[in-house]
Amino acid sequence: MKTLEDLRAIKEKAKKEMAAREKTAKYRISVAMGTCGIAAGARTVMSAMLDEISKRNVENAMISQTGCLGYCDQEPMVQVTGPDNNTITYGKVTAEIARRIVSEHVLGDAVVSSYVFKQG
Amino acid sequence: MRELSLNILDIITNSVEAEATRVILVIEEWQTRNLLRVRIRDNGRGMSDDLMSRVLDPFVTTRTTRSVGMGLSLFRQIALSTDGDLVLQSALGVGTTVTVDLRLNHLNRPPLGRISDTVVNLAIGALDVHFYYIHHTESGRMIFDSFRLFGYMEETGCGLYQTIVPMKEKIQRQLKAIHSSAL
Repeated sequence: MKTLEDLRAIKEKAKKEMAAREKTAKYRISVAMGTCGIAAGARTVMSAMLDEISKRNVENAMISQTGCLGYCDQEPMVQVTGPDNNTITYGKVTAEIARRIVSEHVLGDAVVSSYVFKQG
Repeated sequence: MRELSLNILDIITNSVEAEATRVILVIEEWQTRNLLRVRIRDNGRGMSDDLMSRVLDPFVTTRTTRSVGMGLSLFRQIALSTDGDLVLQSALGVGTTVTVDLRLNHLNRPPLGRISDTVVNLAIGALDVHFYYIHHTESGRMIFDSFRLFGYMEETGCGLYQTIVPMKEKIQRQLKAIHSSAL
């Protein structure tokens, strides 16, 4: 059985690996988790994205959560920032669209244009 | 919101935004006392007395993206509808504790829902925060410590995102073990 100190050391190591991954990640994905987003289904969207990233063994992306983006009627919202720092904001994302964002945008470099709410 | 685990996610997201590095979620479920108690304690920046006196008003928020802050007031409304209540304790620079009491067998009480999704998604989405989740019932107790994700990574050699499904399943199994009846 590992002690808390062991786990803390492992966490620091994992954090360093994640920081290295963040530097090399081609895409950074943020799921908006304000009250409005959560009520509209953001947790399901986050779960679907994490599941797809895990299943497809995606190595070039980081996923995190963020607060309300100020467009509550468009929730759930997902932002994908690419290597050029250009951010695509998707609106009214479902679990199915979330999986498409991973497979088409993150892995295929093709924006899922029908669900884009905002660019730049 | 359809599940209490979504209200919990919402409140803990506030803790993360308040720069907490440690969040403790305790759920107590006592059939004999007809009580479901949810307590969220963080070591974030805390609130002033003035803000605390206004924060349950849905038209008060510290955010700049919108003029309403629904999370706490929404959770309080749910608690009140089950003859329960929400109590806030906070101190600037120390942290905040939110305690929500609900009548366990009240018709208006929403189900707890997928708490494993809430906890694991938070642990992955906010890596800098150390999450503890403790769940008590009359049949026993379970503890999830987000550091376990890292222990699992070390033991299996898998990546962070590969820990998600096994961790969620583990929480669900542990919850099942301490429940004689589903929430």
